[in-house]
Amino acid sequence: MIGVLSYLIFFLILALTFGIAVMGLNLQWGFTGLFNAGVAGFLAVGGYTHAILTGPARDAVFGGFELPFIVGLLGAMVAAGVVAIIVGLVTLRLRDEYLAVATFGIAVSIQLVAVNWEYMTGGTLGLIGIPNPSKVLADGPLRQNAIYLALVVGVTLLAYIGLQRIVQSPWGRVLKAIREDEVAASSLGKNPTRVRLEAFTLGCSLMGLSGALYVGFIGFVGATDFLPIITFQIWTMLIVGGSGNMKGAILGAMIVWGVWTGSGFAISKVVAPEWQAQSGALQAVLIGLILVLTLLMRPKGMIGEDVTVSRHATDL
Amino acid sequence: MTRRLTASGIVAGYRPDLPILHGVSVHVDAGEVMTIIGPNGAGKSTLIKAIAGLVTVSAGTVEIDGEDRTGTPAHLLAGAGVAYVPQTGNVFTTLTIRENLIVGGAALAKAEALARIDEIFTQYPMLAAKRAEKARVLSGGERQILAIARALLTSPRIILLDEPTAGLSPMAAAELFDLVRGLVADGAAVLMVEQNAKAALKMSDRAYVLAEGENRIDGVASDLLENDEIGRIFLGARPEDVA
Amino acid sequence: MILQHTADGILSGAIIGLGAIGLSFTMKILRFANFSHSELLTWGAYFGLIFISVATAMGGFGGTFGPLSFGWPLILALVFAAVATSLLALLLHHLIFERLAKVTGHMTMVFASFGVALLLRNAVLLIFGADPIYYSNTLQFAVKLPGNVRVLPDQVFLLGLTIVVVIALHLFLTRSRTGIAMRATAESPDLARVSGVNVNNVVRWVWVIGASGAAVAGVLYGLTVQLRPELGFALILPLFAAAILGGAGSLYGAVLGGLIVGLSENLSVMIIPTTYKPAVPFLLILAILYFRPQGLFGEKS
Repeated sequence: MIGVLSYLIFFLILALTFGIAVMGLNLQWGFTGLFNAGVAGFLAVGGYTHAILTGPARDAVFGGFELPFIVGLLGAMVAAGVVAIIVGLVTLRLRDEYLAVATFGIAVSIQLVAVNWEYMTGGTLGLIGIPNPSKVLADGPLRQNAIYLALVVGVTLLAYIGLQRIVQSPWGRVLKAIREDEVAASSLGKNPTRVRLEAFTLGCSLMGLSGALYVGFIGFVGATDFLPIITFQIWTMLIVGGSGNMKGAILGAMIVWGVWTGSGFAISKVVAPEWQAQSGALQAVLIGLILVLTLLMRPKGMIGEDVTVSRHATDL
Repeated sequence: MTRRLTASGIVAGYRPDLPILHGVSVHVDAGEVMTIIGPNGAGKSTLIKAIAGLVTVSAGTVEIDGEDRTGTPAHLLAGAGVAYVPQTGNVFTTLTIRENLIVGGAALAKAEALARIDEIFTQYPMLAAKRAEKARVLSGGERQILAIARALLTSPRIILLDEPTAGLSPMAAAELFDLVRGLVADGAAVLMVEQNAKAALKMSDRAYVLAEGENRIDGVASDLLENDEIGRIFLGARPEDVA
Repeated sequence: MILQHTADGILSGAIIGLGAIGLSFTMKILRFANFSHSELLTWGAYFGLIFISVATAMGGFGGTFGPLSFGWPLILALVFAAVATSLLALLLHHLIFERLAKVTGHMTMVFASFGVALLLRNAVLLIFGADPIYYSNTLQFAVKLPGNVRVLPDQVFLLGLTIVVVIALHLFLTRSRTGIAMRATAESPDLARVSGVNVNNVVRWVWVIGASGAAVAGVLYGLTVQLRPELGFALILPLFAAAILGGAGSLYGAVLGGLIVGLSENLSVMIIPTTYKPAVPFLLILAILYFRPQGLFGEKS
């Protein structure tokens, strides 16, 4: 029973953490129509920033400022946001599929920096010993994780409520107007490029926050933590949940992360140890299948778009 | 007189939930040049595209030479004797003149297509002279001729022209109308959409006036020239389009 | 040194160019960025491996050609890989992309290509394992060219085959009715349709040509480098860079774009650390999209 409970807590922490990134992506794609294929890169920026700001000092590696946890989270959001502004200024005027290719390239480049810039990132060894605030507050992994879960739930709720208010504000309506018809939106006196950049930046800083929460929980960040497959997973979460809807974003994160961890668990029980190396491949095949099948059979996802948004979403 | 085309009760649009045409009916007979006029947004181009198979018809029927062809894919209609010349982008600018004609003959057997291309080159020496050049070098009037020649390659019985004189000089427009009159000499039928209402009515046999996706007036073209109501339907359009 | 880097750049550029032809055509005619295209290179390479393994098990077909590391089996493997990869691409088109194209927009196709890429890549990993594989263990002696440039005979073959493929495609696109119809569809699908072109057929041809080019590129990569399940994945950015540099839909653009990417990657190591080489195609993409979004040879739309 304790085992199940502790596993459930562990699962929810990670699913909600990814859910925050999915909400960020939802703001970009579901509401503004920006195709960000570099999610992994922004998670990495957030994760490393958090590790640098809050982690212990180490020889020959930058950072280790041992700042409070909350500073790490905010710093991660700022850093991801700054990178997003730079990236956005260069790429946001591109057509959809070029934006996808360019942002994909950014994630690859950030990954290269993570591997190679040892002074900043610890290279392939990564940065270890990132403090988890729950360790100070309680004893025993179950309680500690429960506290961390409460923290993640709080952050998720904050992000959810904040985003709901934002997308229903006048600014949020401009987002949808831009997604539907950029020319018409600009004729209303809105500057679409600026609003797109704002939405992109806000979405990316949520991804940075997600990366920071992940690293804060795991206590470690390495170059293999934010591989391109994370981008695919986050996208699958958004599509499965239904883009254009923040509840769908969280639901999608739960479902897809459930399938991922559940299948990983099942495979580890069934498959012989010498085949374990390939079990990750089987999990990835499953994610690919879910994405493709959802698009074919339930293109609007589990929860469709909020009705306040016009019908254009599915034929984008 | 042979009826070439009957479109009845056409409901169509680019999105199923937003029809532009609300039950339009037109017909064209062999040997006839029929023109559709109407103010901007009347659905003239949508009608011609619906007949050509490019816009989905959600209600109504399209009959060609007495056969129901509603919903037939565009490329099969081309083989069934329907030719369509769009208003803009009506030639392949990245292809040579000859390649444009080869594409025009896609519905024919290869030998037949090549023979027809030779005939077209005899008929239009200007095209023959520039056969190996890219169509982008042609002038506006020359492009219209190539576009019509491409459409004629299959020896169509119904020729759909969307604003053939748009952007042409008055002289080039007059020459083009002469060419259009010649098309129906051997029993083909022309259905033409024109913004240049007066000039088009002068050279047409019959005409329909569309407004807001519905039939308004139809009749013999020369009668419509005298009809005062047309001015009112066009209200808001530029005066030179009406006068 | 610079000459050696140039030679290496041309050779890897030829592979990228061959692989990028299909991607470029897909972007132009099917109108979506296909992130799963690079996986067709992987599948082509492994289809080639299957053929060669079977041929070897059956006793092979005689020895190798002169200084090359291979004989008839590899030539036949190229054909087999092209056919098998084309069938795979047609299957994906039929099961997934064609259905989505009917009901949704081009960005849904991009998501789907994400999913397909994951499926294809990990299926290779499942079937063949993660270890690198070689077609042949024959050792080759490098040929020394003037300027102290060393190339392997297989690499010379690679370059020759690339030129043959490009010429063949050029003839197809300018002489055959299908090829001309394909160019027409690339420019204006609706005008092609009303001219009597069956655009569905054209789309199938695009998949066949793209998959065949990818398969040949994959086998050549396997021949001159090695086979790995991530072979194609690592080429996503170089392929996109080549296709975007050349301009979507341009045959020579894709090939030249491939050469530019290959040369830039290989020459870049003279000024930046080798470890950052994979970022070079990305920088090229940004540069071309900033200064000339239609590509070097693309038509302005």
